[in-house]
Amino acid sequence: MGTATEHGVAVDVELRINGALARLALDPRTTLLDALREHLRLTGTKKGCDHGQCGACTVHADGRRVLACLTLAVAAQGKAITTIEGLGRDGELHPMQQAFLDHDGFQCGYCTPGQIMSAVALLGEPCGPNDDHVRECMSGNLCRCGAYANIVAAIQDVRRRVQP
Amino acid sequence: MHPFSFTTAETAAVALRLAAEDPRARYLAGGTTLVDLMKLEVERPTQLIDITALPLTEVTTLPNGALRVGAMVRNSDLAHNEDVRRRYPMLSQALLAGASGQLRNMATTGGNLLQRTRCPYFRDTAMPCNKREPGTGCSALHGENRGHAVLGTSEACIATHPSDMAVALVALDAAVRTAGPQGERVIPIAELHRLPGGHPEIETTLAPGELITAVEIPALPFAARSLYVKVRDRASYAFALASAAVAVDLDKGVVRDARVALGGVGTVPWRSRAAEDALHGKPAGAATYRAAAEAALAGAVPREHNAFKIELARRTLVRALTRLEANPA
Repeated sequence: MGTATEHGVAVDVELRINGALARLALDPRTTLLDALREHLRLTGTKKGCDHGQCGACTVHADGRRVLACLTLAVAAQGKAITTIEGLGRDGELHPMQQAFLDHDGFQCGYCTPGQIMSAVALLGEPCGPNDDHVRECMSGNLCRCGAYANIVAAIQDVRRRVQP
Repeated sequence: MHPFSFTTAETAAVALRLAAEDPRARYLAGGTTLVDLMKLEVERPTQLIDITALPLTEVTTLPNGALRVGAMVRNSDLAHNEDVRRRYPMLSQALLAGASGQLRNMATTGGNLLQRTRCPYFRDTAMPCNKREPGTGCSALHGENRGHAVLGTSEACIATHPSDMAVALVALDAAVRTAGPQGERVIPIAELHRLPGGHPEIETTLAPGELITAVEIPALPFAARSLYVKVRDRASYAFALASAAVAVDLDKGVVRDARVALGGVGTVPWRSRAAEDALHGKPAGAATYRAAAEAALAGAVPREHNAFKIELARRTLVRALTRLEANPA
């Protein structure tokens, strides 16, 4: 049995974010999304709807894309969390980030980190080869600017290069 | 969100004991329904018992040929499981028709069965709702009820059950394995979800603290020819207006056996034995399918904005049966 906690009292939470361990004292109600943004100042992960409907908060947990807004930080312990900040290296974008630039896959940019995190995870998922398959696999990421056509083009570009 | 304490259970016995000690505790699995509803203050547990570490993540074939799915198997893993894809394609399709890639990576088999309705009045604490606050009345009866149920309703509640997966599982006669204060038991899935009647707040036949540990899907060779068709307001990532899970055993153009279940139109995942009876022994084809569809919706009760669902569900079922016939195995 793990640690029992008292109502509303801060509990010790250990998160592995982008390869680094972070130790925080958090109210158990804190979502992974709020832990990232408000406690770790990793504001690349965006808060859109905060109810699992828009995909802006998409991060990876043990390599799988999940929604940080519906994940409690205390429940994310023991998992390797990757955020948009952990995707590239200094001076070197992840190929998906570069493809979003090359294909103009965004307008305002608010949904973009979630789109890219979802797109990177998609590379390792069963998803058919066509644009329609990509649209289906990406349907959990909304873009109010409507950059969908270029987002699909960016993803397909990367898929063609890494999954010839 | 109301305050709660958080505990991780590493064994089912610990989870059961914690739940027995605290009637206002809730099990936390994928969290895709529960955390959402806690933010809305529709759910106000005093304790969350994290059950995702329980060793319930296997999909195995039992000696009797049934497929046992651990309650913590994620929806995405189940959808892409080779046995599910080969033996029960409608289940794989139903899972993939539900939610989004991210949510399917989080949501579990047990949690999917217990997900709560998307009725907007249930989700809005400012509105009366018999399911959320018994006795306050049903706002949907004379409200915005376009998305609501036409089958299995009562004057107390017309909310739909939102699951796609459960629709395929009722068609497949799955059994739900549980552990509870009284020990382990097996519940036929048709007996898991309760019709709202006068008590829409009681949604399942699970006892307080009872934990779903697995779902078992019996061997059903003809389900290798099965299909899930879902109709919704947009092409993806939306709840069903109407859906149909169908499996048909055809012998020389005659229906020898069939399974039919509907989603999006019922207060529970809706097995239609009336439609199955209408198919048995009849020649495959449009007339038979239409008769089955009429039978399936015979008892439907429309409300002001959802009468369209009756014909939509009929046509969804006819389309599913027609497409299945055109694409054998």
